[in-house]
Amino acid sequence: MALHNMTFTFPGGSAGSIPKPFSHTGVVGSGDLEALFTKADLKGGVEAQVTTPVRGYDAVWEKVLGRFVAESGLSDVKIHLNDNNATPFVVTLRLKQALAEAMERGEAS
Amino acid sequence: MSQHLKDDRSARIQSATHLMNQGKLVDTADAVSLLEHVIQPGDKVNIEGNNQKQADFLAKCLTQVNPEIVHSLHIVQSAIALDNHLDIFEKGIAKKIDFSFSGPQSERLARFVKEGKIELGNIHTYLELYARYFVDLTPRIAMVAAVQADIHGNLYTGFNTEDTPVIVEATRFKQGIVIAQVNEIVETLPRVDIPGDWVDFVIPSPNPFYVEPLFTRDPSLITDAHVLRAMIALKGIYAEYGIKRLNHGIGFDTATIELLLPTYGEELGLKGKICTHFVLNPHPTLIPAIESGWVESVYCFGGEVGMEEYVKARPDIFFLGPDGSLRSNRGFGQVAGHYSIDLFIGSSLQIDQYGNSSTATAGRIAGFGGGPNMGCDARGRRHVSEAWLKCGQEDGMLQGRCGTMPRGRRLVVQMLETFGEKWAPSFVEELDAWKLAEAAGFDIPPVMIYGDDLSHIITEEGIAYLHKCKSLKQRQEAIRAIAGYTALGMAAVESETAALRKEGIVKTPEDLGIDRTRANRSMLAAKNMRELVRYSDGLYKPPARFRNW
Repeated sequence: MALHNMTFTFPGGSAGSIPKPFSHTGVVGSGDLEALFTKADLKGGVEAQVTTPVRGYDAVWEKVLGRFVAESGLSDVKIHLNDNNATPFVVTLRLKQALAEAMERGEAS
Repeated sequence: MSQHLKDDRSARIQSATHLMNQGKLVDTADAVSLLEHVIQPGDKVNIEGNNQKQADFLAKCLTQVNPEIVHSLHIVQSAIALDNHLDIFEKGIAKKIDFSFSGPQSERLARFVKEGKIELGNIHTYLELYARYFVDLTPRIAMVAAVQADIHGNLYTGFNTEDTPVIVEATRFKQGIVIAQVNEIVETLPRVDIPGDWVDFVIPSPNPFYVEPLFTRDPSLITDAHVLRAMIALKGIYAEYGIKRLNHGIGFDTATIELLLPTYGEELGLKGKICTHFVLNPHPTLIPAIESGWVESVYCFGGEVGMEEYVKARPDIFFLGPDGSLRSNRGFGQVAGHYSIDLFIGSSLQIDQYGNSSTATAGRIAGFGGGPNMGCDARGRRHVSEAWLKCGQEDGMLQGRCGTMPRGRRLVVQMLETFGEKWAPSFVEELDAWKLAEAAGFDIPPVMIYGDDLSHIITEEGIAYLHKCKSLKQRQEAIRAIAGYTALGMAAVESETAALRKEGIVKTPEDLGIDRTRANRSMLAAKNMRELVRYSDGLYKPPARFRNW
């Protein structure tokens, strides 16, 4: 089945971008996904690109990602998600883990 | 006084005596011939089988009878699980069915019903069907499975006794005929589960009867999402109500709860306060909790493949015979699960906007099994327990039904992720069961658990304490509040959800003081099958399909 691509843009928050150029978390296992965060000049916004076999749930992806961006307060970050049927709960969980990792490693390096 | 049934029985047995050699033994090769001699057209016939053990050899023999001699049978049995169970309808040997559960054959059954190949009576719970064996669905012929027999017909059904006693008693005591397939003939049985004078014919089976390890869940497949829901369940329900006596529905969610008892449960100080008495099959994810001293008693509906030796070694926990091995009994198990537990918790495929849930989809007739008898408030219950009383006291609609009279209530909990496989929403406006009812011509949609019996729903968003609601409208609001990103959940109104949280009708993980970031697999007392084996001191012997090391 052909993969489905979506791009969303969100207004960023006040927490700024991630400290390092990029951060990668997760694997594209069944029911899971990988998340790549890249620092980018997006004039304060956040862009999310999703590649998934799931069709017909664009509005849900937008809501899940929108809520994450709003809660994190991130700005100037590009998010790439390569998904293999992760549920919204797993997507949210991986996004939070990816963020935690991006912040921690950034501080250490 | 007419003795029609008795005379008919004698005549049938007489017609087959030439097939009996030693005592009640009939040669394996004569099995089909025996069936042709003793079964008559239109008979009510039971082939023993449920979601676990199967009288598979006799089921196969029934497909081989001459349809000119044996036809138009009315099958009354727990499960339609094997190809052979439906093949007899294609051949005209059987015509009508009354049953309980059809998991593996559910799609083919739906097709047969649609094509008019099968006349569908009713779909029952196990307990309902057993009840009807003693009223209007008494089998004329029962074909059962046993581990061992002697030449007098005494049967040892052992670990997987399951449905045998109820089927044999209903059949034989109403002048019916009982045929047993047995794995082996021995001189002395370890114990007698079915007395020989209740059994008419014994046939050595070419292979041991089939048993499905239905309840076994491999901990390596448990996800962080399961762990979060299990933490929510333990803190928000088990601890809150002090649940000591319970049944766990089949699935990864409940397996996860069992595996969190020695870890998260211990941390919450709940040992001895919850999960002391189970009505549950002896499945392996219980082992860590038993070995850590949480569990006092487990009564079993059936056996579970690989658990034989472990169960034998724990006579303080399980119900063992004088020979030292387990005797499961689905009839008593279902009665215990209906009347003696304070909580049932399980998973479902779909929940509608009112809280009704079903595992039926348009192309599958899956049946009920035992779920509804535990997933309901037992209306005939009169004994009191702390959990039952508290749930009743919190019932927001009780006064509207009973006035000022106090009454307790069973906790009936559904636990699920808001989206299932392939993003199929778990919360829907209308259950697929309606479409199935229409396609199959049912009077009503098949509902596993009715909304008015359901007390709590757990999702990753938190718990809805539905029984506390004062109106159906408020229940709908509470369901929407925990329905996540499903269409139903997106219709939640923020102010309504806030009010429900204030009243304690909806609680998020944060409301319960649960740190979501701790929800991961490291919380599990055993993370894979190998660790379960280690916990059991090597007594648990997983079936080959679960041995992945």
